Amino acid sequence: MLRFIFRRVLQVIPVFFGSTLIVYYLVFSMSGSPIDALSGGKPISPAVVAQLTAQYHLDQPFFIQYGIFIKNLFTFNLGTSFSGRPIAAIIGQAFPVTARLAIMALAIEAIFGVTAGVFAGLRKGKLFDGTVLIASLVVIAIPTFVLGFVLQFVVGVKLGWAKPTVGSAADWADLTLPAVVLGLVSFAYVLRLTRTSILENMNADYVRTATAKGLSRRRVVMVHILRNSLIPVVTFLGADLGGLMGGAIVTEGIFNVPGVGNTLYRAVLAGEGPMVVSIVSILVLVFVLANLLVDLLYAWLDPRIRYA
Amino acid sequence: MSKDRVQITEQDGSGPRPLLELRDLAITFTTASGDVPAVRNANLTIMPGETVAIVGESGSGKSTTALAAIGLLPENGYVSGGRILFDGEDLTQADSRRILELRGRSIGMVPQDPMSNLNPVWKIGFQVKETLKANNLARKDIHVQVAEVLADAGLPDAARRAKQYPHEFSGGMRQRALIAIGLSCSPRLLIADEPTSALDVTVQRQILDHLATMTSELGTAVLLITHDLGLAAERAEKVVVMYKGRVVESGPALEILRNPRHPYTQRLVASAPSLASQRIKSAKAAGIESSDVLTLETDASLAKTDDVIEVKNLTKVYKLRGGGGGSSEFKAVDDVSFNIKRGTTLAVVGESGSGKSTVAKMVLNLEKPTAGNIIFDGVDLTALDKKSLFNFRRRVQPIFQDPYGSLDPMYNIYRTIEEPLRVHGIGDKKSREAKVRELLDQVALPASSMQRFPNELSGGQRQRVAVARALALDPEIVICDEAVSALDVLVQAQILNLLADLQTELGLTYLFITHDLAVVRQIADHVCVMEKGRVVETGTTDEVFNSPTQGYTRALLDAIPGSRLELPPEVA
Repeated sequence: MLRFIFRRVLQVIPVFFGSTLIVYYLVFSMSGSPIDALSGGKPISPAVVAQLTAQYHLDQPFFIQYGIFIKNLFTFNLGTSFSGRPIAAIIGQAFPVTARLAIMALAIEAIFGVTAGVFAGLRKGKLFDGTVLIASLVVIAIPTFVLGFVLQFVVGVKLGWAKPTVGSAADWADLTLPAVVLGLVSFAYVLRLTRTSILENMNADYVRTATAKGLSRRRVVMVHILRNSLIPVVTFLGADLGGLMGGAIVTEGIFNVPGVGNTLYRAVLAGEGPMVVSIVSILVLVFVLANLLVDLLYAWLDPRIRYA
Repeated sequence: MSKDRVQITEQDGSGPRPLLELRDLAITFTTASGDVPAVRNANLTIMPGETVAIVGESGSGKSTTALAAIGLLPENGYVSGGRILFDGEDLTQADSRRILELRGRSIGMVPQDPMSNLNPVWKIGFQVKETLKANNLARKDIHVQVAEVLADAGLPDAARRAKQYPHEFSGGMRQRALIAIGLSCSPRLLIADEPTSALDVTVQRQILDHLATMTSELGTAVLLITHDLGLAAERAEKVVVMYKGRVVESGPALEILRNPRHPYTQRLVASAPSLASQRIKSAKAAGIESSDVLTLETDASLAKTDDVIEVKNLTKVYKLRGGGGGSSEFKAVDDVSFNIKRGTTLAVVGESGSGKSTVAKMVLNLEKPTAGNIIFDGVDLTALDKKSLFNFRRRVQPIFQDPYGSLDPMYNIYRTIEEPLRVHGIGDKKSREAKVRELLDQVALPASSMQRFPNELSGGQRQRVAVARALALDPEIVICDEAVSALDVLVQAQILNLLADLQTELGLTYLFITHDLAVVRQIADHVCVMEKGRVVETGTTDEVFNSPTQGYTRALLDAIPGSRLELPPEVA
């Protein structure tokens, strides 16, 4: 098991460097010079240009710039944004909000998705199963921004159960409604995935053997069907956590959540290269770590993988 | 008719009460196209401590009948008539709680496939432990108890083994674990559903011997389900033969074997491979009779006795990734040599892990030998370039074990058989179609099957397609890797007959890889017995079968179910 973890952790290194290199290159080759973007197209004195060029190492070749960027990333010296605030501070403020939002969304989709999926799978063809299948299809079919605005209006404005927008505090209660919106589509996928997986395992030989041993139905489901069925679901959830961290742009926009998605969106619009690269690199790291976690969880769920 | 039977069984009931009694049992499956009766009017009686075998081919309803007794019918199946009496209690009227009570403690089960019947994510010990717990038989020192139960089933080093996962066990070990689970609660009845059909013969024999000892010690009655009449006759006191959902014959085991009344049983007795091992090579004889003229020719070519394949000191070493980061070497095939004469059949026999399939792969040139040579018609295969290799492939064709896996489900039969012709650029569209028709005719499939897909065919028909595909390029050698192992006995006999006929007709040479010695007797001229990568014995089939010189060969022969049965000459 330790060997497996060690090997798997080593794999993180090339993935991290490979993906940050690509992102850095893409931003590096974005059209226009960063100084033009900074000055908003207005003429600035050559002295300022020279000073900025030196500050951001814009005269250095690509790989040197990338190297400096990586060094800065690991020393948390990310430079300052165009507005003059340190990038590290901005990220430090936005990140916990998004992390909170993502974890809530993940919890919602995991707990409700798996539970509903198990019940639907066990009662295949019954009323609950049919209802849930249709409802999940509806959720998947409607774009997030429509769902977001509708729920914001109905739950937030009409019923007044939750605040329609999130303030700068962004505490757990504030984030509940955005988390539901964010997790809703994945909830539908988790539900369907769990249901299919349960159905597949329900007819497995070892389930019949477990029943023949004299185990109660409840124990057969909880101990024998569920653990085996969770393996594909866990894979999905892990990949989704990465997506939730970065893909909350729409939801954060609708509910005005001061998170990473919002910040990234504004940085892209403003052409703030260093900010974009810093945020994306951190997201890559989160994604890679989430996948590492999935693999470890996977190995825990399925002993055959540990020895592969 | 059915009424009479009930009366008869009730009269029997005046003695000791039967443990399990099926009376006019009918089981129906609900499918999209309506109700399908799976079992009709099944009658069966098992006395306490008695072993009764249900024999039949796949789809005969034998497993369904047994599973009904423990309430384990698939979701769409239900008991549509008759009664299941367990110790006098009608289980068709029992509620689910009562059935739950009976499972494990009163009726145990040993399932068929040891590979899929243990939950891969739980340790073996855990799976034994929960059985004991669920049946309230757990002692305080549960770990000791689990180890005892496993050791009783013949698992060596049980305490340590209990901490391992199923994938760390061999097939035989897993089956022992399943037997341990099935017998852990000392049930009064054990349902053993093909408990050893997935195992090597020698392992099969050990396990069945052990199972017999255990059940007789515990006084457990056994309902043994098997497709192998020889095995049933050897292990059971009474045999019930099922065919298409009906019990066609039942009675004392030897009586049925010696004096089968129903036509199906007669066919079953005639083609049971384990019994055929006691006979002359019927398949071959039939083939020769049907084409006497051609036989003369092949006999003439036999007289030339040139070796079409010569395997010299063949060795294959695999590198295994070791635990400590290093790697160790594993000799899958160790210094193997043999020759195959043109127009004859060589059978390479061995258990799983003996390296026989690796040999086949190397002869097919799908694996590179680590050392040694394969000389095909005077040319060393190891020295072939790409183009001559392509030509070589035309002359040597494989037939694999699993007719479900080896045919592309997206290709219809025509395309499947035509593909090799197209790949090798033989003929035009029209002549290829004519060739496919001819091939289908040779394997006795109707030309109308050309447009069908593999999933529309039965296992036997699929294997015929595989044979036709192998013959498409007019090969000289056909390598059959367990080509009949996945088939029911009657179908197996048909395919073996077909292969024998084709051999006499086309002068084919066969390299037959199999674990089944009974099949060898029917098809092979020469035998090469392998154990752990080495050849332990070679000789003509008669020599090896009648006077084996090696202990290992003798053990293999003894392990054939039914080999110890004494049969009168008219059957043998």
